[in-house]
Amino acid sequence: MDGNLNMIGYGLAAIGPGIGIGLIFAAYISGVARQPEAQSRLQSIAILGFALAEALAIIGIALAFVL
Amino acid sequence: MSSLFTRDEPFAPPSPADFDLPAVFGGSGHFTFLGQEQVAGVTKPMLQIVLAAVLVFILFYVASRRRAMVPGKVQFIGEEAYGFVRNSMGRDIIGSHDFQRFVPYLFTLFFFVLFNNFMATIPFIQFPTFSRSGMVYSLAIMSWIVYNAVGIHKHGFVGYFKLQSVPAGVSGVILILLVPLEFMSNILVRPFTLALRLFANMFAGHLLLILFALGGEYILETQPLGYAPVGVLAWVLFIAVAILEVLIQFLQAYVFVLLNAMYIQGALVDEH
Repeated sequence: MDGNLNMIGYGLAAIGPGIGIGLIFAAYISGVARQPEAQSRLQSIAILGFALAEALAIIGIALAFVL
Repeated sequence: MSSLFTRDEPFAPPSPADFDLPAVFGGSGHFTFLGQEQVAGVTKPMLQIVLAAVLVFILFYVASRRRAMVPGKVQFIGEEAYGFVRNSMGRDIIGSHDFQRFVPYLFTLFFFVLFNNFMATIPFIQFPTFSRSGMVYSLAIMSWIVYNAVGIHKHGFVGYFKLQSVPAGVSGVILILLVPLEFMSNILVRPFTLALRLFANMFAGHLLLILFALGGEYILETQPLGYAPVGVLAWVLFIAVAILEVLIQFLQAYVFVLLNAMYIQGALVDEH
């Protein structure tokens, strides 16, 4: 079975966004738990933060295939 | 049953080449575009993107054709879907003053992207349209034009670029650092991240499904019988990942339209 070192590199690179996304949703969940009526406002902020952190992982997967 | 693998063949993992589907119509001619060899023909994702547009049109045409005070089932679905986009993406993000004129754009975009994403799961189609990056780039270019045009229309050319590239409450030397960064991130990089997010999620999800399906089949057909449970496990995981993919398909359509709404809101916001 052939492999590609790029994929190991991508796996390592995905740790960062993984931790970031975890922190974002942890903060979102605890925010909603403290103040349930703020959910609709927090949701869009959380999704925005998730999208920004996820962009790093996406650039990583694009480069893993391109390089 | 014909076997895909022979006993001594090494396992070939799925690659981006698996996404180059043969043409359904035509396909005999070739041409070069941007330095890449292209096939002149109609491929499966092209048919899917038209099919999705037709499906969205039919669903909401039927839902709105016979409007009644007490909605029927189809009208109820249509109203709920419209209300979801209008309230959670239009009103909550853009704000109650301006959102109404962007709701048709956001609503159409959301269901167009959603139907195209669901193509990856619908049996006998099972190919995500947006795993071909060109399809997504066209959507991203459209949203780039929309939010920039809206901003320039409201603030004027100079005012708009000042709004997008000069952050409020910063002065002095820091501005020299921040202005190019803000300009890059708000004007230049946005369409790329917007397109790549949708494309890469659809691409990676489909690749993962191919990997589980082919890997399971390879183990079951070529390996000794003792390995068979691993192959079955791969197929069980295939089903689990396919269900997870449905969630991701919805979430990505939601995020795509939500970001569109946020960019429009950022272009419309008044200077502080």
